Amino acid sequence: MAEPLLELRGLRKSFGGLAVTDDVSLTVVPGEIHALIGPNGAGKTTLIHQISGTLAPDAGAVIFAGRDVTRLPLAKRARLGLARSFQITSIVPSFSALENVALAVQARRGSSFRFFRPAGREAALNDEAMAALAELGLDRRAGLPAAALSHGEKRQLELAIALAMRPRLLLLDEPLAGTGAEEAERLVRILTALKARYAILLVEHDMQAVFALADRISVLAQGRVIASGRPDEIRADAAVRSAYLGDEDLPEAA
Amino acid sequence: MNTTLLLVQALNGLQFGILLFLIAAGLTLVFGVMDFINLAHGVQYMLGAYLAAYFAAITGSFWLALPLALLGALVIGLLLEFLVFRHLYDRDHLSQVLATFGVILFLNQGVKAVFGTAPLQVPVPDLLTGGVRVMDGLLYPTYRIAILAAGLATAGLLWFLVERTKAGMLVRAGASNAPMLSALGVDVKRLFMLVFGFGAMLAGFAGVMAAPILSVEPGMGDNFLILAFVVIVIGGIGSVRGAFVAALLVGLVETIGRGLMPDVMRLFLDPSAARQTGAALASMLVYIVMAAILAVRPAGLFPAGR
Amino acid sequence: MGFTWRSAALPLAIFALLAAAPFLGFSQGWHFTMLARGMVYAMAAISLMLLVGGAGLVSLGHAAMLGVGAYVVVVMDHAGVVEAWKVVPLAVAAAAAFALLTGAIAIRTSGVHFIMITLAFGQMAFFATSSLALYGGDDGYTLYNRLELFGTRALEGRMVFHFTCLALLVLTWALVTALLASRFGRVLRAARDNETRARAVGFEPYPYRLAAYVIAGAIGGLAGVVLANATEFVAPAYLAWQRSGDLLFMVILGGLAGPHGALLGAFAYVLVEEWLAKLTEHWRLIFGPLLILCVFFLRGGLISLPQLLGGRRDG
Repeated sequence: MAEPLLELRGLRKSFGGLAVTDDVSLTVVPGEIHALIGPNGAGKTTLIHQISGTLAPDAGAVIFAGRDVTRLPLAKRARLGLARSFQITSIVPSFSALENVALAVQARRGSSFRFFRPAGREAALNDEAMAALAELGLDRRAGLPAAALSHGEKRQLELAIALAMRPRLLLLDEPLAGTGAEEAERLVRILTALKARYAILLVEHDMQAVFALADRISVLAQGRVIASGRPDEIRADAAVRSAYLGDEDLPEAA
Repeated sequence: MNTTLLLVQALNGLQFGILLFLIAAGLTLVFGVMDFINLAHGVQYMLGAYLAAYFAAITGSFWLALPLALLGALVIGLLLEFLVFRHLYDRDHLSQVLATFGVILFLNQGVKAVFGTAPLQVPVPDLLTGGVRVMDGLLYPTYRIAILAAGLATAGLLWFLVERTKAGMLVRAGASNAPMLSALGVDVKRLFMLVFGFGAMLAGFAGVMAAPILSVEPGMGDNFLILAFVVIVIGGIGSVRGAFVAALLVGLVETIGRGLMPDVMRLFLDPSAARQTGAALASMLVYIVMAAILAVRPAGLFPAGR
Repeated sequence: MGFTWRSAALPLAIFALLAAAPFLGFSQGWHFTMLARGMVYAMAAISLMLLVGGAGLVSLGHAAMLGVGAYVVVVMDHAGVVEAWKVVPLAVAAAAAFALLTGAIAIRTSGVHFIMITLAFGQMAFFATSSLALYGGDDGYTLYNRLELFGTRALEGRMVFHFTCLALLVLTWALVTALLASRFGRVLRAARDNETRARAVGFEPYPYRLAAYVIAGAIGGLAGVVLANATEFVAPAYLAWQRSGDLLFMVILGGLAGPHGALLGAFAYVLVEEWLAKLTEHWRLIFGPLLILCVFFLRGGLISLPQLLGGRRDG
């Protein structure tokens, strides 16, 4: 296996005595989609928060591209190439779709302590932002205020923002949540295409999508990784089946 | 400065701190429960003092004026809640700041229009004139001791109400999680009015007690308001315990600073300049203490369970 | 946000009116005083708008910035230095330094804490100026002359002073408009609306907010210099927290959608104040409730009035 891009070592986090992340270790290697699944309340989002830097773990380490980033804040990790989407869509509602993406381009192209030139007329920023929007089919909605986009479009906009960061790793927290069947299908196609360029850690409830996309799957239950392996291994795992009993059914092998 | 003088300053500081606490308690409860910044809380203190002066002049008795002024403070407080504040609960802090700023302009000018700009005097009640021998050679005014006692008693009552009664439990719950209360089916509107009326009465009570020792004049609440804000910021917004500790701290720093600074300044300046400079530097001291505390603990000393 | 002819139409009209005012019969001494007051407050309100509207930082201590600028004029006057090219940069630098020191602490907090800590720092400056016995303490300091321009007394001339104020106001407006539209302004606005999103793309808001605070402080200091020269008198009352409240109200009264709101708000405020003060000694009895009504009913500020009246819903 290739040198991991992201490595979690013995991550622990508890809230008031309740362990929500319990000795989690896993890796994401370049070019793979590693999916994180588990029943509701298993601690998936808490884990994403610790990887992205919005929550500090109680113990353990987050190694990104060979560097210990455990103590770095969200913004620093983002500049190192860690892009995330949020479970609840997080965009700047008063900005246009284009400006939302241009903000991300601006973050890695030159200083933002520039005070006089109108940022909205910087072709270099706008062109790249437009390209990211086009990749998600949002280019025709570029001029609209982000608040006016549909729910599915907002999810896509968030993905476009992440792409515009030219990240090394994408952390996607339920990118398909709340999207219609047609939009979900489109997003799965887009994610498949992205796989060649980015390593992706994917948290998703849509098992159909997970088993179609993932190279590896880790199963989280009560804060622990109870199984980790290729999709077919996970499908066969008894512990996984019992963890999911009464929650969601794993898709049968085709 | 000798020990006797220092002790007097300390007692004055505690007494000032207690008054501050009565104002800050209402402010912090209103903020904690309703997420509402009420800049007009200071003028409610001023109104308490004016009502005391007015009723004392009519009835000729401080003891009759006291309940009447408290009732008046409550009525005006509820009236303000009904006319103005109630419409601001779901607005942002900026709107609350501005609208209550308008209330201050109105009420400060209102007392000017009604009572004139000259300060009013309220005589110390007969029962509490004279002094108490605290130690050899130190006679401390009885009235100031009465303020201390009344303030501590009120603080005790407040502690009992907040910690030991059902309404108090709701208030505490509201201070850490207001949306939960309405989800539990609590009549939030009534709770708000209750807290509000109570806060207005506390501020009014502080005003009544201060009337005989401070001059009653327009704008007298403004400085108190800002110090009360300093108190709740230092104490941790929403925390009554924090407000108590911080109020005494601010009272002591301000008063002892006022006593000491002119003496310190006299080392560098002539006496009259030293007095003025010293007093102003003493006033700054409180804000320096606040900045220092916030630099270390941005949420204050006792952040209310959040 | 940024420069559009639509948002520039109103400021340009106001500037044109100000330029024409002395030739339209507003040429008495008190007219000039009132216009200068309006222009000073407009400069201050626009700089405060950069904080409140641009960065989402509600400061209730902005009057202190004007105060620092005004007191530098006093200190230099007392020392016999009255050359504008020496005093103005010093005043602006002093206000910026004060903003940097207090902002470094204040911006660590947010929301209500920020409002209160800026209020407290304002009070600190207020008491500091009261302590300056050398410069009159509470009673203030009378400036017998305005600043000199290259050794000349040009600023004593009403017209020269009027147009100097106007030029500085236009400059302030243009600067803040440009700032808000720049890369810097974009980061400020993003962090105002969605701080987590700004962080997630790699922007730590703190240095940007602090820079905005310092810039606003510097402009406030400049306004303070103009204020001192317009009134030829400086007192701690200039730093009173009610002045900060007034400034904040001007910004909201006009509307937060852009610097043109603060500009309009400042003049509306000053004119209504002047008008009411002529009606009755107790004009605040009317002014106070007027403020409350504005908060209740004029949610987008004066600049949203056309939309409100036209029946269109707008924030």
